[in-house]
Amino acid sequence: MKIAVCAKQIPDPATPYELDPEHHWVVRPDDQVLDDTDRYGVEIALQLAEASEGSVTLFSMSPAGNLQGIRQALAMGADKAVIVSDPALKGSDALVTAKVLARAIEQEGFDLVIAGTESTDGSAGVLPQQLAELLGAPALTFAKAVEHDGDTIRIHRQTPDGYDEVEATLPAVLTVTAGVVEPRYPTFKGIMQAKQKPVEQLTAADLGFDAAEVGAAGSAQYVRSVTPVPARQAGEIVEDDGEAYRKILELLEQAKVV
Amino acid sequence: MKVWVFSEEHHGRPAASALELLAKAREYGEAVVFHVGAGSAEAFAELGAHGASEVHHLDPGDTLAAAPAAAALADLVGDAKAVLFGMGNLDRDVAGRLSARMNRPVASNALDVISEDEGQAVVTEILGGTLRVVKAITADDPAIVVVRSKAFTAEPTGGSAPTVVPVTMPDVGHSGAVQVLERHEEPSEGPDLEAAEIVVSGGRGLGDAERFKIVNELAELLGGAVGATRAVVDAGWVPYSLQVGQTGKTVKPKIYIAAGISGAMQHVVGMKDSSIIIAINKDPEAPIFGIADLGIVGDVHQVLPKLIDALRERGN
Ligand SMILES: Cc1cc2nc3c(=O)[nH]c(=O)nc-3n(C[C@H](O)[C@H](O)[C@H](O)COP(=O)(O)OP(=O)(O)OC[C@H]3O[C@@H](n4cnc5c(N)ncnc54)[C@H](O)[C@@H]3O)c2cc1C
Ligand SMILES: Cc1cc2nc3c(=O)[nH]c(=O)nc-3n(C[C@H](O)[C@H](O)[C@H](O)COP(=O)(O)OP(=O)(O)OC[C@H]3O[C@@H](n4cnc5c(N)ncnc54)[C@H](O)[C@@H]3O)c2cc1C
Repeated sequence: MKIAVCAKQIPDPATPYELDPEHHWVVRPDDQVLDDTDRYGVEIALQLAEASEGSVTLFSMSPAGNLQGIRQALAMGADKAVIVSDPALKGSDALVTAKVLARAIEQEGFDLVIAGTESTDGSAGVLPQQLAELLGAPALTFAKAVEHDGDTIRIHRQTPDGYDEVEATLPAVLTVTAGVVEPRYPTFKGIMQAKQKPVEQLTAADLGFDAAEVGAAGSAQYVRSVTPVPARQAGEIVEDDGEAYRKILELLEQAKVV
Repeated sequence: MKVWVFSEEHHGRPAASALELLAKAREYGEAVVFHVGAGSAEAFAELGAHGASEVHHLDPGDTLAAAPAAAALADLVGDAKAVLFGMGNLDRDVAGRLSARMNRPVASNALDVISEDEGQAVVTEILGGTLRVVKAITADDPAIVVVRSKAFTAEPTGGSAPTVVPVTMPDVGHSGAVQVLERHEEPSEGPDLEAAEIVVSGGRGLGDAERFKIVNELAELLGGAVGATRAVVDAGWVPYSLQVGQTGKTVKPKIYIAAGISGAMQHVVGMKDSSIIIAINKDPEAPIFGIADLGIVGDVHQVLPKLIDALRERGN
């Protein structure tokens, strides 16, 4: 099985991302990390590839920077990466990003494309579905569990009160929730090998895009304004001395709910 | 002006999001629904009562009909001002496909939609609700918008039964070939999370699935609903229907008790508009304390049993 995994590089989410004041685009430092959301996709891809003698190629659109995020995913065991990196891509919305990723993936060929359900920074939550439509593939979305049998992929699709068992045949797109598997930690050997693995860097033009089709120029929406929301005031903080539950009780009484 | 609303049927009723979106869609003049599901008479009547004049109905049978639904919608929405979706999984599946099919953007996570002389703008909040963002859509109408739950308040208008127009499932080839083999439901108990006056939510700090049950116990005593963080849902302690936050439910109860919850941005956006927030966390640096009206720095398994005993003593 030839597996394409979407792997997004994002600013380290340990601190809130910054927006540049002029265009309100996310500031993307050199040392971006792998979106935690995509570790699940990488893990599922590795498991499916191991079971089918397949290959795992990462696809990413982002300023390459020092490739830290991509190397993290390679260190888990992915075979290689294709990263589309080009100043002309700045300001791309999800649809443009999907078009770019679709072309890169098509150029490489695929049986299965795996993505997260929503990224940690942009969180538009629709890119994989846009990708599926562009690729003419069925989409198995919001998977909590994944199985495969030859050309058939079967998932447990998260629903409000449980899950549906859903299946489709390859080629297909799959999106995975964070509950789907426990992503492996890279081994020392994996980290060393990741440094040698092929990372192909492409520009928008390499994929046949005109500058006007991508980036802010190609995206039919833009952020017009960003303003701070007045913060909620923090209240009273007390250390539990064994009696703090009384404070809760008092508040519940004041609110007349007990 | 016409606005389309996407609706998925659950247990013979339209999704809550569809009724919320109809409240907004009505403001434009004409609200039309694209409804996916078995098509119960009650669902149609409820959509009508919330102001839908027409309901276009697609019965997907045992197909996960995202691609066919998007193809059918693309043919229908021609002169509309906007197509509004909720955050449901099928909503997002269809919105994304419709966007690619019509070559128009999706504005996601919307809290409001503003009609302007030139197209539309969408209001949203980012970074845990600390920044308000206005996104302008420059594409031709219709605008495709995915709206967060509770952005609008559902309100029946007493409208009459809508005209129901059956939609035949378009043949979209391989992309439409997704089969639903079986549906598994975990019955949910207690009051509805989104409507409850009191919500008691638990996070990873509860320890494990067994010890999480103290949250259920407290909720039951208070007549409230149980909520959870995504960490707990992903760990399989509780079903997804209990998840509060960006990718779960939005709650605005009178009292929100956050037990063993760190207060990650994605959780906070789903509960920060509660009237009173009470947090219990053993880490004094936990971000949840930044928005709590009352914060207890302590062990949930020390504080909650005492609270439960005291409530029982009072005869709650
Ligand atoms: C605050 C904010 C709000 C935004 N709102 C919108 C909006 O409403 N509509 C819109 O169209 N765009 C929006 N954008 C822009 C959007 O985030 C970017 O276009 C981004 O490149 C792709 O969308 P996403 O990450 O939000 O996608 P999502 O749909 O959330 O991503 C789902 C999955 O797709 C894959 N993926 C996404 N992007 C990449 C990538 N660059 N490389 C590899 N894999 C990827 C990952 O597996 C990810 O988990 C917003 C950006 C910001 C910062
Ligand atoms: C795109 C995206 C979407 C997301 N959507 C959501 C969403 O909808 N909802 C959501 O909740 N999350 C969501 N998340 C996940 C979110 O970022 C956090 O990971 C999650 O909310 C953390 O859950 P938690 O507070 O239970 O766990 P943790 O962050 O691990 O916090 C556990 C807390 O418990 C405390 N604790 C431990 N033991 C005890 C004890 N004995 N007594 C008291 N306190 C104790 C700890 O100090 C800690 O603060 C999303 C993430 C992403 C990237």
